[in-house]
Amino acid sequence: MRAQFVLSEIWIGLRRNLTMTIAVITTVAISLALFGAGMLINQQVSAMRGYWDQRISITIYLCTESSPSSHCVENGPATDEDRAAIQADLESMPEVASVEYVDQAQAWEDFQNRFANQQALVEATQEGDIPDNFRVQLVDPSQYEKVQESFRNRAGVDMVSNDKDVLDRFFELFDVLKWAALTFAIVQLAAAALLIGNTIRLSAYSRRRETGIMRLVGASNFYIQLPFLLEGAICGLIGGIIASGFIVAARYVLLDKIQDWFYSGVRLSTGALLSVIGMSIILGVLLCAIASFLTLRRYLRV
Amino acid sequence: MIQFENVTKVYPTQKRPALNNVSIDVQKGEFVFLVGPSGSGKSTFLRLILKEEKPTKGRVHVAGKDLSRLSNWKVPHLRRRIGCVFQDFRLLPNKNVYENVAFALEVIGKPRRFIRKVVPEVVELVGLEGKGDRMPSELSGGEQQRVAIARAFVNRPQILLADEPTGNIDPATSIGIMKVLDRINRTGTTVVMATHDAAIVDSMRKRVIELEDGEVIRDQSRGVYGQAY
Repeated sequence: MRAQFVLSEIWIGLRRNLTMTIAVITTVAISLALFGAGMLINQQVSAMRGYWDQRISITIYLCTESSPSSHCVENGPATDEDRAAIQADLESMPEVASVEYVDQAQAWEDFQNRFANQQALVEATQEGDIPDNFRVQLVDPSQYEKVQESFRNRAGVDMVSNDKDVLDRFFELFDVLKWAALTFAIVQLAAAALLIGNTIRLSAYSRRRETGIMRLVGASNFYIQLPFLLEGAICGLIGGIIASGFIVAARYVLLDKIQDWFYSGVRLSTGALLSVIGMSIILGVLLCAIASFLTLRRYLRV
Repeated sequence: MIQFENVTKVYPTQKRPALNNVSIDVQKGEFVFLVGPSGSGKSTFLRLILKEEKPTKGRVHVAGKDLSRLSNWKVPHLRRRIGCVFQDFRLLPNKNVYENVAFALEVIGKPRRFIRKVVPEVVELVGLEGKGDRMPSELSGGEQQRVAIARAFVNRPQILLADEPTGNIDPATSIGIMKVLDRINRTGTTVVMATHDAAIVDSMRKRVIELEDGEVIRDQSRGVYGQAY
């Protein structure tokens, strides 16, 4: 195998169809960037799920004078006996690791802090609107449902919520994003494969004289096809390298920003980022090489 | 060296067979003319030897190999033992004489040292010494065909197939081409040449196989182009 021969053939092929080459590389880059972004979102969501699953806490909101739910209206606000009974029951449950009582003053202060940048909302509330509550940490966070069930509809309890219900709605949004990115990626990849097919076809046509002679003098099929296959693979590689730029940007600009909204520090490791980039590049190279190979079988009789 | 056993070739789109029950035996070192009108099956005969086509019926043996049993991936190795020359030369216009000949060796992976040694020898054998750096467009038809012959012969094939090699060349130059082919034949290479050129066939006095409508109507050693001429 003469490397120099093969390389010069590839270079000639890529340059001869320069506009097609640019189109292919652009399409491959966009599709791989979308693919990589989809993969990153996927990894980010599962990392965050894992993070939060370990930290699910339950909050038991008690009935106040102003609680609007029918349950609270019927039974009236929680009494001190209710509070004591709930606290005692919580502390006696083996699933519960710790219980913290947050009184109305503290709850309102927390609320004010949390929504400090939404003054209108803060001004519309007053102490007593925000119910006092129990913050419950669990020994095994996956057991949250059992604890939650046993306090629902109890006297003095308005509602029992857990972090997971809130987070799941955000995760659903991520899932939609992920599938949207992957769907576009697949459509783009299909378009890229067709474009590569066309480029290789043009290339095979413009080099039909050479390949005809190669066939005649007994060059092996592999030797005849290799420049074309590599031509496709190089397009895939360049597209993949450009895509990895987008993928890195997606991680630092998009995903890390999302972390800030969630007050969570689940940042993907560099290893995870590299593996997504690696997968994208390999996918690009393989896709392009396979598309070239299939085209060659039709247009380059050997 | 080349053996056809009751070979029939029918192309899918045609009813009439291109070759009909042809049996021919060409020995090692022979020089054979294949004559007959256009469409008589000469090109099909050559294509069957190269395994560019498969016979509909019968067997073709080349260089001791039964082509029907030769798997596709071994076909390139068969073709390395067969040189080919065509009416239209089929040179690469962007390569000079030397590079055109060397191309045949490069693409089958021969080492550069070997190529540097044998290419000048073959260029000299076909009578183009000193013209190695000319481009095909700077050569006459006869010279271009010499380059094509050099390329076909540079790998020292056992068989040289020539499909109307003098078809685009004037009679005076054709004689030179025939001398080159004869020289190659004298090295022990089997030469099969399809041609319309009666003068050449008559002057060479070699074996003549005449085809008509896909059938062998004459196989004559030291023959002439045809009784009618």
